[in-house]
Amino acid sequence: MRIACPHCGPRDVQEFSYLGDAKPQRPDGMDATEAAMADYVHQRDNPAGSHRELWYHGAGCHAWLVVTRDTRTHAIAAVETMAQARAGAPA
Amino acid sequence: MPGPLDRNRIPMRYSIFSLAAQTLKGHRGWKPAWRDAAPKPAYDVLVIGGGGHGLATAYYLASQHGITNVAVIEKGYIGSGNVGRNTTIIRSNYLLPGNTPFYELSLKLWEGLEQDINYNAMVSQRGVLNLFHSDAQRDAFARRGNAMRLAGVDADLLDREQVRAMVPFLNYADGRFPIQGGLLQKRGGSVRHDAVAWGYARAADRRGVDIIQNCEVTGLSIDNGRITGVETTRGPIRAGKVALAVAGNSSRLAAMAGMRLPIESHVLQAFVSEGLKPLIDTVVTYGAGHFYISQSDKGGLVFGGDIDGYNSYAQRGNLPVIEDVMESAMALWPGLGRVRMLRHWGGIMDMSMDGSPIIDHTPVEGLYLNAGWCYGGFKATPASGFCFAHLIARDAPHEVATAYRLDRFATGYVIDEKGAGAQPNLH
Repeated sequence: MRIACPHCGPRDVQEFSYLGDAKPQRPDGMDATEAAMADYVHQRDNPAGSHRELWYHGAGCHAWLVVTRDTRTHAIAAVETMAQARAGAPA
Repeated sequence: MPGPLDRNRIPMRYSIFSLAAQTLKGHRGWKPAWRDAAPKPAYDVLVIGGGGHGLATAYYLASQHGITNVAVIEKGYIGSGNVGRNTTIIRSNYLLPGNTPFYELSLKLWEGLEQDINYNAMVSQRGVLNLFHSDAQRDAFARRGNAMRLAGVDADLLDREQVRAMVPFLNYADGRFPIQGGLLQKRGGSVRHDAVAWGYARAADRRGVDIIQNCEVTGLSIDNGRITGVETTRGPIRAGKVALAVAGNSSRLAAMAGMRLPIESHVLQAFVSEGLKPLIDTVVTYGAGHFYISQSDKGGLVFGGDIDGYNSYAQRGNLPVIEDVMESAMALWPGLGRVRMLRHWGGIMDMSMDGSPIIDHTPVEGLYLNAGWCYGGFKATPASGFCFAHLIARDAPHEVATAYRLDRFATGYVIDEKGAGAQPNLH
């Protein structure tokens, strides 16, 4: 598997660390209910198919990337920087 | 309490006499070990997933609870999933109170399994030896060994020379990760995994369970919060109770009931070498990396390491983990450099958020969940089936599986053997 880092170009997956699903958003500070926090920490969609996920380029630019990857084939459809992902760039 | 048996279609009992009789007939009289059943319109209990856990569940429903109007439905064929994709190790060397009694029940069931199901599963208690390589690791292993002994499980802490006497061919000259000793569970070992699937399938079939292959579930029928049946590629099937035993795909099935699970699916690779003469007569795990090795009765060295570490349903992994496993192999046992790899494969694991499984009710009435086995599902097969059958039949958890609750992630009662937190690829 190779990930096309927007900063560094295509790099071997060994250069990256995986965190997981990019979708869960940490509930906001003291307002969060216990249930919402438990959901954020533990519950996952875990789809078979397209998955937006967080990878860290530890052996390269040290950027967090949002990778859209098919969990059935490992084919990568898109790699975005966090700035692009936050701006709502199409996956 | 066994259920009623239809004597006319009970296959022969395997014994030395049946073997001798078949030998005289040129082995032409063996019958299929189980019927290839077509789905009936309705069952009392429908077990989804014809792997080890699903088949064991069906068998124990019939043998322990007298519930025989049961079907096991499997999307592929029996033995095509994780029951045939593991590295066949059995052990009960767990630390935490939520786990130890459960895995010890499993090991006890393994010890009597072949007589119970009348099938040679090649249960071989050749020992499982966990090596340690530092003072801190010795302390941790001594603690685990003590916890095991307090729970009635066998454990022996070996020093370096005792380890050397058992497995003299390892690298004792490694300056970075010296072998200082090991924690040995003599009752651990290995089992022929295909035979576990076939043996449970045959034993369940003998008691009236329908085993339906090539039948994929496409939807769950839920009416007013209660399960009423399933939709499949071979038509709808009604059921009073539906039990999910589909580790690897638990999230996909749960999604059909509108549930999200504390699980990620990950790929784990395993490896077999070319067939060799007897070389290693136990199971050894490397403490300085994730690597373990044993030898099958056919002669191949069977070994594995870490999961790849990213969500996957692909049943195949990538090269970095293969390289990592081989490096660990060479660090532990340099002589393996002369051995050729024969094949490798991947299986999809339910990686739960605390590294421990779930055997519980779901919010849907009549729908039961058996999931989250991480890469430890094979050794758990008998107890998983035993406890899941207990839950389904009596609507109460078995006493050794009370900690495997689905809501433990919300209540904080997680069972985290590694203390890695809610990060599935670290368990």
